[in-house]
Amino acid sequence: MTCLPTHTDKKLGLVIDLDTCVGCQACVTACKEWNTGGHMAPLTDIDPYGGNVDGVWFNRVHSYEHMTEMGGRTVNFPRSCLHCETPACVTVCPTGASYKRASDGIVLVDEDKCIGCKLCSWACPYGAREFDTNVGVMKKCTLCVDRIYNDNLAEEDRVPACVAACPTSARHFGDLGDPASAISQLVAERGGVDLMPEMGYKPTNKYLPPRAHTTRAASVPAPALEAVQAEGGFLGWVDRMLSN
Amino acid sequence: MHPAFSVVFFTTATGAGYGLLALLGVLAGQGFIPPDFWLGLTGMGLALGLISTGLLSSAGHLGRPERAWRAFSQWRSSWLSREGVASVATFVPAGLFGIGWVVLGRTSGWAAVAGLLAAIGAVATVCTTGMIYASLKPIAQWHSRFTLPAYLVFSAMTGSVLLNALLQGFAAGSNMLLAAALLLTALGWGLKLATWRYNDRLEIPTNANTATGLSGGTVRSLEWPHTEENYLLKEMGFRIARKHSAKLRQITQVLAFALPALLLVAAFALPWPYAAALSILAAIAQLAGMLVERWLFFAEAKHTVTLYYGR
Repeated sequence: MTCLPTHTDKKLGLVIDLDTCVGCQACVTACKEWNTGGHMAPLTDIDPYGGNVDGVWFNRVHSYEHMTEMGGRTVNFPRSCLHCETPACVTVCPTGASYKRASDGIVLVDEDKCIGCKLCSWACPYGAREFDTNVGVMKKCTLCVDRIYNDNLAEEDRVPACVAACPTSARHFGDLGDPASAISQLVAERGGVDLMPEMGYKPTNKYLPPRAHTTRAASVPAPALEAVQAEGGFLGWVDRMLSN
Repeated sequence: MHPAFSVVFFTTATGAGYGLLALLGVLAGQGFIPPDFWLGLTGMGLALGLISTGLLSSAGHLGRPERAWRAFSQWRSSWLSREGVASVATFVPAGLFGIGWVVLGRTSGWAAVAGLLAAIGAVATVCTTGMIYASLKPIAQWHSRFTLPAYLVFSAMTGSVLLNALLQGFAAGSNMLLAAALLLTALGWGLKLATWRYNDRLEIPTNANTATGLSGGTVRSLEWPHTEENYLLKEMGFRIARKHSAKLRQITQVLAFALPALLLVAAFALPWPYAAALSILAAIAQLAGMLVERWLFFAEAKHTVTLYYGR
């Protein structure tokens, strides 16, 4: 049913730290690697070694230059499904293939019901959904439903593949519906924001803005330079002897 | 938005078909059109033919057309599903009305009721088509108060110009219908000009700052996540050069509005069969013009996902 649940028990989602993301694309490849064998498999690649590379990805990392009066900085920006609270991609679906789970708020596509009309991708302001031309159905981020509840994985691995892969811990996973959860507190502490709040989709995922610029110099503890002229003591004596 | 020919043709053809069906259902049912066999066969054949080829064309752009029947299930939330239900439901009274007119030679009594129901179904279906586009918030040019009226007016306009051509062809035309077709063409022209004016001045609160959550200053795309165009850019990143857009708007105005209006005015003054020939030409020119109009409707629509790509 493409009507939205009035309430979800949890609001599972991601928090992405734009301050620490280095744009290494590890989350992108980890996502592709897991999901091409996962719930929405395959993530088809078309002409992967040719001149017109195309394919389905759930996670894409952009790079932007953010210029303010404080100066400019490069911001790496991972973009994936935000598992919105009021996702129009679900309500526009004519077949019931798209749905939002009442248990945890994850937005999924039932590949067996999708007719590939692409309307959901038009309804998503964020470009989270990508059409698989080979299979003829729409695909999207599953928040790794096949990892986060997977008893066959060690408990610490029961997080989305992108979160597990991030080398700078820029990606966090948890229940954003629980104000006491670590992830909710992180959002509160760092002033996490919604993307395009004016659209009214109420995204679950939050983005932590880069920390403010500082006026002091970079605090890199470089060692003090050695004196050119060796002074007294044994080494000084050796130096004087050898210099003669 | 990528102007896929299947969808451009679908919305134009079904718009005209439902407009013609609604007018035939009401006017023939109320006795304004004689229950002539050939007129009925041609008119209903044209209306249902346009609707059916349009619907088939829209099914053709599906990734899995064999599952299209599933689209009738989610009418509670989805305008696309409602369109599917309304379009199929309309075939029932339209079919009965066609049988009454063409097979039994009657357009009164129960056939008139079927005609009226077909007209209601036709209007409802065009509304659902308009709402599919009008309800999409990420596309500001569609999510406006102009979209639904445009679909309704263009359907009535092309339907009336087609009906006028049909009746003139059968030497059963009237000045009343000519005037109605002319007025609706003028109304459609005005509405299109107002829509373009509105879209050209459109300022939306969504920009690269709100898209990335980076407040203040400017956000410039340094690097895409991929080297080639992906699905998002192929489907929603379509861009049209300003000079091409201006030229196509002129072509739309000439073919869809100015030329049909001139031909219809001339048809007032000339006797049959010249009036009939001009009326048929007006209908053909207008349908061609509306295909260009619909192509532009897609090509000039900008989706918010393009903000992530610095477009």
